[in-house]
Amino acid sequence: MDTRTRKDVQNKAPEERPMNGARALVASLEAEGVDTIFGYPGGTVLDIYDALYDSKKIKHILVRHEQAAVHAAEGYARTCDKPGVVLVTSGPGSTNTVTGITDAYMDSIPVIVIAGQVSTEAIGTDAFQEADFLGITMPVIKHSYLIKDVKDLVPSIKEAFHIATTGRPGPVVICVPSDIAKAKVKYEGYPEKIKISSYRPTYKGNARQVKQAASLMEKATKPVIIAGGGIVSSGAYSDLKNIAELLQIPVAETLMARGCFPVDHYLHLGQMGMHGMPAPNLAVSRSDLVIAVGTRFSNRVTGDVSRFAQHAKIIHIDIDPAEIGKNVRVDLPIVGDAHEVLSAIFEQLQKSEPQPKTSSWLEQIDEWRKVGVKEPEDDPKIITAEQIFEAINELSAKRDVIFATEVGQHQMWASRFLINKGPRTFITSGGAGTMGFGLPAAEGIQIANPDKLVVCLAGDGSIQMNIQEMATCTEYGLPVKVIIFNNSTLGMVRQFQELFYMKRYVATDLPRIPDYALLAKAYGWTGSMVDDPKKVKGAIEQLFDTEGPALLDIHMSKDELVYPAVKGGNPITKMIGVNDADIENATSEGRR
Amino acid sequence: MATQQHTLSLIVDNKFGVLARITGLISRRGFNIDSLAVGVTEDPTISRVTVVVTADEVALEQITKQLHKLINVHKINDFTNEPSVDRELVLFKIHAPADTRHELIELVNVFRAKIIDVGKNSMTVEATGNSEKLQAMEDLFRGYGIKEIARTGRISLSRG
Repeated sequence: MDTRTRKDVQNKAPEERPMNGARALVASLEAEGVDTIFGYPGGTVLDIYDALYDSKKIKHILVRHEQAAVHAAEGYARTCDKPGVVLVTSGPGSTNTVTGITDAYMDSIPVIVIAGQVSTEAIGTDAFQEADFLGITMPVIKHSYLIKDVKDLVPSIKEAFHIATTGRPGPVVICVPSDIAKAKVKYEGYPEKIKISSYRPTYKGNARQVKQAASLMEKATKPVIIAGGGIVSSGAYSDLKNIAELLQIPVAETLMARGCFPVDHYLHLGQMGMHGMPAPNLAVSRSDLVIAVGTRFSNRVTGDVSRFAQHAKIIHIDIDPAEIGKNVRVDLPIVGDAHEVLSAIFEQLQKSEPQPKTSSWLEQIDEWRKVGVKEPEDDPKIITAEQIFEAINELSAKRDVIFATEVGQHQMWASRFLINKGPRTFITSGGAGTMGFGLPAAEGIQIANPDKLVVCLAGDGSIQMNIQEMATCTEYGLPVKVIIFNNSTLGMVRQFQELFYMKRYVATDLPRIPDYALLAKAYGWTGSMVDDPKKVKGAIEQLFDTEGPALLDIHMSKDELVYPAVKGGNPITKMIGVNDADIENATSEGRR
Repeated sequence: MATQQHTLSLIVDNKFGVLARITGLISRRGFNIDSLAVGVTEDPTISRVTVVVTADEVALEQITKQLHKLINVHKINDFTNEPSVDRELVLFKIHAPADTRHELIELVNVFRAKIIDVGKNSMTVEATGNSEKLQAMEDLFRGYGIKEIARTGRISLSRG
């Protein structure tokens, strides 16, 4: 029995307190360089929280919902190249993180989720707040641990950080039963190195394949690069630009890669796929060589796979060998890190001093750029997405800004209209499409980037899914700005009902509840509303200039749709909102 | 593309939850497991999991690559086109009244199987072998009336 009195504990210096699992865990996190934990306490993690009490290096951010903890950790990780760390209790505390973990898994984001668990002898007895978190998360993690012996705790933490951040990044879960956190353990320092013999990701591309890739790229007359999220996670921006410029190859991006190639560059094509513009979609479809880097060819990117880039040879570069050949046929696979492989290809290309062969291809692409996309009807009383983004682009031009989005129409409008100023400045939930991602992500982004303007672009549907995080922002003085594209409907779903279900609108229209400006005030934010197109720019300027967190509710029409749009199962050349005749006219002989 | 039965032999960490990771992954990616056998190897920290799946080449490649991504999986051998020895164990409880018992005993001897239990009207036979042999036995015994079958998953080792 522990006979210490409260006074004994309080009077002891932290370093004199008996070392236990919880303290070893916190010491390990400190040694790992963790400065922020996003978490929510509960019964089984009380010892870990008690150990955090003494930490001078780690700041704990108390979120208002565990799902938000993971999204905040993702926002942090997506913008500062360090893994995000989450701490939650067992049972519902842990299961609430599952959506966030899924999001991180789908977008390959390094996040460490430390979850409490009932004590080891109670596991399997349906004890209070017990959930089989290890089992529940198995499909959505890169790896996971349930610590059954306190001696395994520190090495597991080291392994977890190593696994989450290397190779193809991803979430790692560590379940810590309450008795493990209490258990006495000798902490002999944090291990410097770890060796996992069954985990050795390939970084360097195979030399022969690199040569073959260079030779295919030199010969191609209609090549196109598809840049994916792997460009961002490996930081291969300049390698990408070098190759594109050397051989004059245009660059299309997936949603996850937005911002990785300069938006004003003449080789920049923008987002391709379901909501891609005509130029990238047509370029990929009519090309003779697709160079796909760090992308998994999601169905949102390819459309009908059997009609995807039918005339092209496909080079697929990815660090995850399982992605190669998973969704599309590949002519030349290269397993490796985007930066390593692209720089090796560039070196190889430089040796032969190749002459670009793409001038007529680029002329053709410029014609495709001119193909019009359906616009909303002109109404001086209605605010359009383009107007909002014109104002945002102008007003953010001179500011250091990072955008986070929720999921839905506003997200696709953002991808189309927003001028991304660089890598890791457009943070969005790509693979999972998680409504409720944006606000907590913005919270994490602001913590990792205290001096930047962090703007969360939201819909009136998705903002409500983690709206409680407004309280977290207020408490920690995070001056996040939220712009709600309020069209009083779940716009993206309604759009599908309009286009593909004969306007049979079901469960999509939302009344304008709550009054967001008032709600903002209730949370200690500055809140305002605008519904007059003439006042949009002024309202956004005022929002950006506000000190502290602020929200702008912009009332739009529910009739504005996202164009272009490709129906699921169709090829990406079949774009709703684009006239096929315009494509015909813009396409020169021999390319039809 | 032609689907075929494949025997995958996985060398994995002998830790709790590893089997769940493997079977969960296979089912999650949409494949059915035909048979499964697990046991510890000569190294007590390592287990061998023998999985039989029916898949075409593309699907098999995808399963194998995904399994390789599991941190607890060290090595995967596909014994399908490799010289290997494969064994399964089956117990047949066969309807065996006095008039057919002799006939059955002869059959059991032909297959070099073993009678491990005899009841008033039944007989239990233990047989090991590859799938084809065991299938042939099952087909023959069926004529006499099979009351119950218990069958292990396939286990395999490479030759030489």
